[in-house]
Amino acid sequence: MLEIKNLSKRYDDRVVFKNLNLTVADGEILTIIGPSGIGKTTFLRILAGLTPADSGSITLDGKPLAIDGTRSGADVGVIFQDFNLFPQYSVAENIELAPKLVAKKSAQAVTQETERLLNDMDLQAQRDQYPFQLSGGQKQRVAIARALAMQPGLLAYDEPTSGLDAASTQRVTDVTKDLQQRGVTQLIVTHDLPFAEAVQGRHFDFATDVER
Amino acid sequence: MHYILDILPSLLDGLKMTLGVFGLTLIGAIPLGVVIALAMQSKLVVLRSVTNMYITIMRGTPLLLQIVFVYYGLSLANIVTLPRFEAAVFTFILNYAAYFAEIFRGGFQSIAQGQYDGARVLGFSKGKTLRYIVLPQVVKVVMPSVGNEVINLVKDSSLVYVIGLGDLMRAGNIAAARDVSLVPYLLVGALYLCLTVLLTYGMRYIEKRMNYYR
Repeated sequence: MLEIKNLSKRYDDRVVFKNLNLTVADGEILTIIGPSGIGKTTFLRILAGLTPADSGSITLDGKPLAIDGTRSGADVGVIFQDFNLFPQYSVAENIELAPKLVAKKSAQAVTQETERLLNDMDLQAQRDQYPFQLSGGQKQRVAIARALAMQPGLLAYDEPTSGLDAASTQRVTDVTKDLQQRGVTQLIVTHDLPFAEAVQGRHFDFATDVER
Repeated sequence: MHYILDILPSLLDGLKMTLGVFGLTLIGAIPLGVVIALAMQSKLVVLRSVTNMYITIMRGTPLLLQIVFVYYGLSLANIVTLPRFEAAVFTFILNYAAYFAEIFRGGFQSIAQGQYDGARVLGFSKGKTLRYIVLPQVVKVVMPSVGNEVINLVKDSSLVYVIGLGDLMRAGNIAAARDVSLVPYLLVGALYLCLTVLLTYGMRYIEKRMNYYR
């Protein structure tokens, strides 16, 4: 479970959000909606530990997460808008790199888990391809598999449907629902309202539900 | 032909010296260049200032002067007396590291912030991000510029004559003066050309090998 209490962030004289309180239950999908430029991505970057917040607390499965931008570890899996795949590594290598080098799992465990993720994300045919050879939807599924490989307590997506065609968007919707059934807690930042409706999660409107 | 065979051994001896300076400089200057490039992006102002000053001096003064300074100057100032070869290699490493640092700095700056973010949320430490994510991409970006410097280094290595080291160029000079002939120079030119052509093909091969991704 994700618990955010009294989280505040400001840039100089601009308050991005103030005293933000939010809870996401295990296996729940929460979509953070609202127009572009309202601070959704800043919120996601704070959640991911990439940008410091000014005050407040974030707790994931009972474990407090640093909010000062110094966090290390892979508690929150992030699917970036641009995916940020590592171009010099193949699809399979992108997925197994962190479990091998960071989590230091055994080669056998890494291979098994990678195979499972490649199957789940329908990427077997692309396993030896490089990111530049993939479509937007395929890149996104690699990004999801790469994040899941570190078994994060929460999967956070930044605008997952931007730049995707209708078929790929439907695919993302299916993937999120599938992951929900497996108990993965998900938080999706999006300004794509039809997509937010389609994933059938709880909505949190950054335009109206946030104090500034 | 007979004359060529006569002078070839002395030229090949000189070539050994040239290759020695060249090889050791590359081994020392490339890693040092990476370290300096990282220091140039440090959050510590002092470190940034020191490295910037170092690069300004190294790129702003002739290499020939630097060799003379390290070999004669440091000895005259009673700081350290280095043997000729060591003095030459030391100076070449310091000089070329400055050029490589500038090239690598550009390479590091070309890597998108997203690559660092992507590594960080997967739990990669700074060291591992550098080693496994960033450096391999930087190497690909800088390869053509590094290739240029490598070719320059082959030719620059002839500057070691100034402190009396017997490299390829000096061997050619001696033979030409002794025999009053231009043939040694033609041979020296041919040998330098062979070296640079080989290196050019080598660098192109490496670039091609790294073209498996974009």
